[in-house]
Amino acid sequence: MNYKAIRARDAAMRGIFLFCAIFAIFALGCITVFLFAEGLPFISRVGLTNFFGTRWHLSSASYGILSMIVASLYVTALSCAIGVTIGVLTALSLFKFCPRRLVATIRQLINLLAGIPSVIYGLFGITIIVPFLRDYISPVGIGYGILAASLVLAVMILPTVVSISLDALNAVPKNYYEGALALGATSEQGVFKVVLPAAKSGIFAAVVLAMGRAIGETMAVIMVIGGSPVMPRSVFQSVRTMTANIAMGATELSGDAATALVATGVVLFVFTLILNVSISLLRGASQ
Amino acid sequence: MIRNLHRREILMHRSLSIVAQAALILTLIALASVVVFVLIRGLPYMSVQLLFGDYGRYPSLKPALLGTLYLVLISLSIAAPIGIGSAIFLTEYTKSKSRLVRVIRVATETLAGIPSIVYGIFGYLVFVVALGLRYSLLGGGITLSIMILPVIVRSVEESLLAVPNALREGSFALGASKVRTIFAVILPCAASGIVTSLILAMGRVISESAVLILTIGMVVNKMPQNLYSPGTSLALDVYYFGSHGYPDEAAATGVVLLLLVVSINIIATWLGKVLGKEMANG
Repeated sequence: MNYKAIRARDAAMRGIFLFCAIFAIFALGCITVFLFAEGLPFISRVGLTNFFGTRWHLSSASYGILSMIVASLYVTALSCAIGVTIGVLTALSLFKFCPRRLVATIRQLINLLAGIPSVIYGLFGITIIVPFLRDYISPVGIGYGILAASLVLAVMILPTVVSISLDALNAVPKNYYEGALALGATSEQGVFKVVLPAAKSGIFAAVVLAMGRAIGETMAVIMVIGGSPVMPRSVFQSVRTMTANIAMGATELSGDAATALVATGVVLFVFTLILNVSISLLRGASQ
Repeated sequence: MIRNLHRREILMHRSLSIVAQAALILTLIALASVVVFVLIRGLPYMSVQLLFGDYGRYPSLKPALLGTLYLVLISLSIAAPIGIGSAIFLTEYTKSKSRLVRVIRVATETLAGIPSIVYGIFGYLVFVVALGLRYSLLGGGITLSIMILPVIVRSVEESLLAVPNALREGSFALGASKVRTIFAVILPCAASGIVTSLILAMGRVISESAVLILTIGMVVNKMPQNLYSPGTSLALDVYYFGSHGYPDEAAATGVVLLLLVVSINIIATWLGKVLGKEMANG
């Protein structure tokens, strides 16, 4: 092959690779355009007060999703409170207080469990958590609801929280910890008062990522949430999250009701975009 | 006084470390119980009829197995070349500071953060409504390919970055062109990492169900005829059986899905290690 042909081939391949790289931008643009083009006109047609109202009653053209937004936030907050507390403590324990030999094995196990399909967590929820809550914990005898969904999600986000927090802890320079010891701190003080604060931004990133997973999770949630479109007042009450609203209606609704689901998706999309932006801001802050 | 305060603090931190150990044990128990209970609940209901029988009076997973295979093939055959190409562009052709690279990275990260149900709505709007394909495996597979794209890009990029620069320079010094360097030197060196990431992406496809509820129609009882047929997948079957009065079948399907996904992950890790070692020795 002569030189010119090689140059031409190089240029052509560069174009192909460039196209592949730009595809992500193109796909993101398409998703945004399709969702907003379908959802926003619907929201403006039914009116903001209807759409962000509390009444979801399809036969009277009431498409209020406020109760679902509240339910989504409620489930996300509760599951992250449980999952992040346990997850960060687990990461700390793996970081310092656990026999060295075990750490690699436990890490591998946790990584393996991160790959378990969410529908399996849902199955775990309906076979174990819901009956348990119904029989032993719930004052009203209902297992389905916010607490069940939050517990399932808390277990589900554990692997993510543990592995990202552990990475953040490991990224803290060793001499921080050693310096603390040299100043007379105990090993525990060194970890809790020096290493943990130094790993703060990485752990925050883990929290935000976990929130994104929790608010967007569908299958594990719809199997245990119950599904009544009412305002959450107790954790033992059948409610409906935004994701559950979309998935439950998807196979049966048509016309305006189906478009209402798309509009619910737009709201969910905006929530996750906000979380995404805060992740990149956190990353920027930590660098 | 000061000594007392100091001692109290030491005690507090020591008890916190015990709490941390308790949390570790709790985490392990919680995650193990997910696996164990699904196995205990499902294994007794595994049957030849469920796995290989035809869907008639009793449910069977045959349509789901075929549907899952279709989805894996469609989504990987789209996402693998685009994802690898994108990773090559990002690592071999650009400086990380350029504006285009930053935009591509932000777009890829944003795609990774979009919930799967939103992908499902997108797939529904494009393939079911706009293109009029109705519920189809093709639409579901293409939607999934966009969903796994960020995963592939990120992990392939990592394995390309792990290829030592000396190899690139050596290849250029021998007079090889850029394209030849990529295909003859860099890609073979990164092969183990790339294969691992494709297998992990396959695991994602098999695990996914929220996208599919809106795109492939959840037709559990008919074998898909071609790419345009509606269908189901293993993960979707777990949900369908669980919420339509077949709890035992749901548990058994859960076992099949769990074993499949876990073995895929183990194979990916093992393959990464073995191929990696071979590269290092060869």
